[in-house]
Amino acid sequence: MTSDPDAHRGRPGRGRPGRDGATPGPALVVEHLTKHFGGRVAYEDVSFEVGYGEVFGFLGPNGAGKTTTVRTLGTLIAPTSGSATIAGIPLTAESGAAIRERIAIMPESPGLYLRLTVAENLECFARLYELRDVRDRIDRVLRAVNLGDRAKDVCGSLSKGLRQRVALARALLSDPEVLFLDEPTSGLDPVATRDVHDLLTVLRERGVTIFLTTHRLEEAERLCHRVAILNTTLRLVGRPDELREQLFSRNLDVRTRAPLDEPGRVFDGLANVDGWERSPSGSYVLNVTDPDAAAPVVVRALVAADADVLSIAESHHSLEDVYLKLVDEDVEAAKR
Amino acid sequence: MSFSWSRVGAIVQKELRDYRRNRFVVLTMVFLPLVFIVAPVIQLFAIKVQITSAKLDDRIGLSLLYLLILPAIVPSVLSAYSVVGEREQGTLEPLLTTPIRSAELLVGKALAAFLPTLAVAYVIFGIFLGAVAAFAHHAVVSATFERDHLLVQLLFTPLVAGWSIWAGIAISTRMSDVRAAQQLTVVASLPPVAIVALVNFNVITASIGLALGLAGALLLVDGMAWRLVAAMFDRERLVTGRQGGPTRRA
Repeated sequence: MTSDPDAHRGRPGRGRPGRDGATPGPALVVEHLTKHFGGRVAYEDVSFEVGYGEVFGFLGPNGAGKTTTVRTLGTLIAPTSGSATIAGIPLTAESGAAIRERIAIMPESPGLYLRLTVAENLECFARLYELRDVRDRIDRVLRAVNLGDRAKDVCGSLSKGLRQRVALARALLSDPEVLFLDEPTSGLDPVATRDVHDLLTVLRERGVTIFLTTHRLEEAERLCHRVAILNTTLRLVGRPDELREQLFSRNLDVRTRAPLDEPGRVFDGLANVDGWERSPSGSYVLNVTDPDAAAPVVVRALVAADADVLSIAESHHSLEDVYLKLVDEDVEAAKR
Repeated sequence: MSFSWSRVGAIVQKELRDYRRNRFVVLTMVFLPLVFIVAPVIQLFAIKVQITSAKLDDRIGLSLLYLLILPAIVPSVLSAYSVVGEREQGTLEPLLTTPIRSAELLVGKALAAFLPTLAVAYVIFGIFLGAVAAFAHHAVVSATFERDHLLVQLLFTPLVAGWSIWAGIAISTRMSDVRAAQQLTVVASLPPVAIVALVNFNVITASIGLALGLAGALLLVDGMAWRLVAAMFDRERLVTGRQGGPTRRA
């Protein structure tokens, strides 16, 4: 991280006009937002922007302040300091209802009225948003979450995965400018998780602005244009590939049939190769500046050393590696 | 954004649907009134012909008082559940993230408790009057149907219910347990009934002016209670259990 105060703000990749079409700008602007509960810091000095049509992942360990941030942006919690603009409206003591008209939040727990039917749950929320053509909207969102035939089912009779889908339908009812999803796949089995992922992929393709909090890293990597990693303070913001490049050097993973007799003589001094090490699995991991340029040089060196090469490929760090590295750094810093 | 009766209507409709399918609420609404009608009816039927006028008034006062406990107790069960119940079910947070304003939510919750209470209380009062007219001694009938008695009953039923509802909602916004909220609300519901008792037992001499004065005062208290509860309604506290900051009423 750099000392430039705006360096970790994270600019959105693209922008598009707001609902009225007249005020282009980011869907979310968060500047130095801080929340303390008494002496406890929930999150501190958080700044980022999210563009319209962007899927923004908000990652962090339990207790990092993700849900509290969502609740703040959803006007349920007042920030201690800092500012935010949500769907073009500054967050103030008076603007809560106006902001809530333009956004929707799906909390971690679906929070459905279990004695009411699916349609009755949605009808209540449609009326709270004062929507027109309530029946049509309910039909449309139920079809969008593949629940078109479950409108008359009592919510208490639905499985956890189906309840989650109803909650997502409820969040889509008002065509929100920003959709906040707080751990949408938490506690779901793999099939239900896949269903929710498929729905989110459809929403992403439709250009819905989504603020997704999760600690499922593969979920964020698959769905999000950009991610932010929060651990009380914001650690990083960027595209997953940017974050990998920022934190990790690029590597070539070389596998040979037998261990090399003198690997130092093979790899040391090769062009574009900055260093190497033996991995626990027995392969050789080479730090390179440009994998495409380094690979032919490495192959030639291996052939010259009479090595039987099984494979040579660029090794990719996952978002999980990025996340764990940052969290481990925080743990180490806390120990010191 | 102004106060929206449409959003209030959405809350009322949702609550009434929920009550209808909640066995505890249905049983409370059916059996509690039956308990409260049996005692006053027996009381009046047991009156002997040679009873003095003062004792007759006392007996009728006691019977009518029983009936006024009903609009205090019945809504307390519903209103005490209104906020803390949603919190326990996990439905409060999604509700608070909609554009609904605190005042709209509270009025919706209050109306949803008020309407069935009023219906039950007046129906029970009607049954009571019908039973007295059909089976009681004519002296009892004429004393029961006195204008002052009817006025007190009709006027105070909604006002007592109103007090009980606002007390229940106020308690419900501050408690974290439904049962504790309901027990406290029952206790908090009784003060207006005590005033009515004084009128019914002629400790305070009943007159149209006094009844109207007390009713006006209770109406004022109900109105102030609504404003107070709306001011106390703190989204942050309800969601996190901690005191909120400056945007909490937005």
